[in-house]
Amino acid sequence: MDLFEYQGKLLFGSYGIPVSPGEAVQNVEDAVAAADRLGYPVVVKAQVLTGGRGKAGGVKLANNSAEAREYATSILGLDIKGHIVGTVWMEKASDIAEEYYASFTLDRSAKAYLGMLSAQGGVEIEQVADENPDAIAKIQVDPVIGLSEEACRDWVKRAALNPAATEGAVDILMKLYKVYVDADADLVEINPLILTPEGKVHALDAKVTLDDNALFRHPDYEQYDAIQHRDERELAAHKKGLQYVGLDGSVGVIANGAGLAMSTIDIINQVGGTPANFLDIGGGANADVMAGALEVIVSDTNVRSIFINIFGGITKGDEVAKGILEALTRVTIEAPIVIRLDGTNADEGREILKPHLSDRLQMQPTMLEAARCAVELAGKASS
Amino acid sequence: MSIFVDENTKVVYQGLTGSQGRFYGLLNREYGTQVVAGTSPKKAGTDVDGIPVFATVADAVSATGATASCIFIPAPGVKAAVMEAAEGGIEFIVVITEGVPAHDEAWFFNELRQKYPNVQLLGPNCPGIISPGKANIGITAGHIAKAGGPVGIVSRSGTLTYQALYELKQKDIGVTTCVGIGGDPVPGTSHIDCLRAFQDDPETLAVMMIGEIGGSAEEEAAEFIRTQMDKPVVAYIAGVTAPPGKKMGHAGAIVSGGKGTADAKMEALRDAGALVGMNPTEAGDLMAQVVAKL
Repeated sequence: MDLFEYQGKLLFGSYGIPVSPGEAVQNVEDAVAAADRLGYPVVVKAQVLTGGRGKAGGVKLANNSAEAREYATSILGLDIKGHIVGTVWMEKASDIAEEYYASFTLDRSAKAYLGMLSAQGGVEIEQVADENPDAIAKIQVDPVIGLSEEACRDWVKRAALNPAATEGAVDILMKLYKVYVDADADLVEINPLILTPEGKVHALDAKVTLDDNALFRHPDYEQYDAIQHRDERELAAHKKGLQYVGLDGSVGVIANGAGLAMSTIDIINQVGGTPANFLDIGGGANADVMAGALEVIVSDTNVRSIFINIFGGITKGDEVAKGILEALTRVTIEAPIVIRLDGTNADEGREILKPHLSDRLQMQPTMLEAARCAVELAGKASS
Repeated sequence: MSIFVDENTKVVYQGLTGSQGRFYGLLNREYGTQVVAGTSPKKAGTDVDGIPVFATVADAVSATGATASCIFIPAPGVKAAVMEAAEGGIEFIVVITEGVPAHDEAWFFNELRQKYPNVQLLGPNCPGIISPGKANIGITAGHIAKAGGPVGIVSRSGTLTYQALYELKQKDIGVTTCVGIGGDPVPGTSHIDCLRAFQDDPETLAVMMIGEIGGSAEEEAAEFIRTQMDKPVVAYIAGVTAPPGKKMGHAGAIVSGGKGTADAKMEALRDAGALVGMNPTEAGDLMAQVVAKL
């Protein structure tokens, strides 16, 4: 779950990380009033969960009320890579002497936390990593031991920041580490972390990704979940607790487990078809979940056939079968369905389905045959 | 032989009295697994269809001699359950539960490594482990696996693990052990842990490895195959045609570098001498050819 810049900054601010004073607003009048309160110059920043805001005209410097009005008007409602700007962050402009980069994330290979710090911030950090990897100072942090101030200080030294930034950087990085752990973040990133001409260090940007699995101990994060950018079907699926990604093909896919769902998409492509979506009904799927999944799939008008690929572990075949039959009574499904069912209680599931089989509801013994059948049906339906 | 678990492995089920724990605990026992105990702080002294329930893992271990545990505790309680198992004397911990926070996983992985270096953790968010004909710990449908070897399986994906077992059974090929390591950010057991164990197991003569896009575990496994294995490996990577996933900011991209795509993984595996199938069925066919030549 990604946070908007302003949400990240508010989170950072609550941990004592210096951020510029600012206000998040949703309309032009509030934007101008906020800018007047903050004092000029003010940066008007589009709040979208995608990169490349600046290039798209989503970040402007306003020197007076008239400019604040002009820029807020042009940015609110702006389409940045399919994300419509609904909120702008009005922020007091900062003088910048130097720009750095700082982040914490998980190093999956090392099974430890990874901190990265670079004196070459403010630019595409991937480019720095490619062209001059030595310019990024890394620190591995054991999750059990945590980050000591001593280790942090050594890390800052290795990054060769301006000596004037040392104390401020150490302070911010210690706090940033605390946010990373306390907030159950997958990523906390400041780019740029700036040094001002007065020698102050502060966070000029904030990128935070939270771990959805940790929501149970952060009930206040519901506020962030509500603003995630999802298309209509992804939203509907999300509400039903399903993992859905829309694609542009004609074979609707329902599978249990991300691996099997990905494999199903692969195999549809390999037999000459095009998948309409990725949909993982997860481990604990029951009749309600299956019905919900079918409802999401049929709302996609490109779908010409549906391939339900279930291999039972936690998901039991008889429950899947009942779910399909129940969904058929709830939802009008025009596309033919091809089912492939195996694993736990698969025999029971097949018995339940057998009396209901027809041209519209077919069963195939293997994944490959089922994929071929679904692709063929999709082709017939569209011709 | 099998790796990690066999017919002598005694297993305690943490969460046996819950609906999932009960369902799979009893299925596992029916398969032949030595399901010797369950734990539940509130239901100590009762039993689940004859399986005694203890208050703690330590109690269960001292009463039954269990050396393995299987965790069906809801995600918020997994961190405590894993440590309870290790402190109670368990050597092989299987966590089936999905949705465990990544920070918890990173914490208990390192805590175990430091304080209980002999404990092998499998999961979280994995289907478990099956040594066909001997023991089945977790949620795999036992009937889809043929016992006896010569193939060992390691897989990152749950349902693709079952798929692999099924493909091999269709071809009348037996399996020594099938390990589902799970797809979470910090898996307790890695591909490499399993490849090493299979390389050392005299009855495993070939290995099937199933990976997924993302991360660099498969690339690391490829390096291990290239340098330290002489047994044939057949691999399949799911997600060849999947759209690029959500990138975890700049930091994630830097950590993974050019790694993580299915193409990069398949290339690394081919370079290491593994045979790579484009779908589970093709991987099964390749393994049949390998086994025929053994």
